[in-house]
Amino acid sequence: MPTYYDTEVASRLMLGTAQYPSPAILAEAFRRSGAGIATVSVRREAGSERAGQAFWDLIRDLGVHVLPNTAGCHSVREAVTTAQMARELFGTDWIKLEVIGHADTLQPDPFGLVEAARILTDEGFKVFPYCTEDLVICEKLVEAGCRVLMPWGAPIGTGLGLNNIYGLRTLRAHFPDLPLVVDAGLGVPSQAAHAMELGYDAVLLNTAVAKAGDPAAMADGFARALVAGRMGFEADPMMPRDMAAPSTPVLGQAFS
Amino acid sequence: MNITLNGTSQQTGAETLADLLNEMGYADARVATAVNEEFVPAASRTEHRLNDGDRVEIVTPRQGG
Repeated sequence: MPTYYDTEVASRLMLGTAQYPSPAILAEAFRRSGAGIATVSVRREAGSERAGQAFWDLIRDLGVHVLPNTAGCHSVREAVTTAQMARELFGTDWIKLEVIGHADTLQPDPFGLVEAARILTDEGFKVFPYCTEDLVICEKLVEAGCRVLMPWGAPIGTGLGLNNIYGLRTLRAHFPDLPLVVDAGLGVPSQAAHAMELGYDAVLLNTAVAKAGDPAAMADGFARALVAGRMGFEADPMMPRDMAAPSTPVLGQAFS
Repeated sequence: MNITLNGTSQQTGAETLADLLNEMGYADARVATAVNEEFVPAASRTEHRLNDGDRVEIVTPRQGG
């Protein structure tokens, strides 16, 4: 099972906590997913209803590791300050670092991401960078102190799956011992299985589960796909070939 | 004095960040704070004096992906 900054997590699934139809469905989706990590955010307190406290109570009851994010931050300063606030709020030095560079694709700003990763690592954070599959940027993130990489499969919330198989495979080959997590863009369980077959350590989902017609069933489906895909990877798959090769013995065939 | 609290302009008589949290009813709430985009740890709120025009953020745990 994957180990992030010396913490082993007994699941290959990280699950987001946003957009569920109800808190009860969120909890049921988590239970059936077997997710070991929940992603959360910090947002402005509004009014006196203390929604933040109620949400925190719900997350604590899930019994999983908490990974706060810096979602929506477009500058290094915003991301760093948000991370600092998240560390105090959630009592963890884990941070899913997002520095967004483009409004339409929510593509990470690679320059800001590396700079923020360096600052936060120096402050003792354990940074989980939401990045693209760009090999050079990923090398810079590792140089900055990141001990896990979280490349997108496709833009957040699109459900398009793994858009650059070559890039993801290259990252896996280049960082054989680093935890790699496909973060964002997955829509259906087969895409998660594919990520596992590429040798990825985990996937991070939110929209695919929360926006499914039956979020708990979809969470269950992803959990099974992760097991299937990982088994396929570990079992050393056959090499594909272009021409057919009969699987039934030719020797002894009647009428030959 | 006039400050911007969570993006909204408002008047306050609070002299410190801790006073402001009391004024807002957040004294014992699970919140984190920043002033002018700089994080202010919980332990520093009592000493952190507010100035006219400060931009204060008060945040809390929320859903995220």
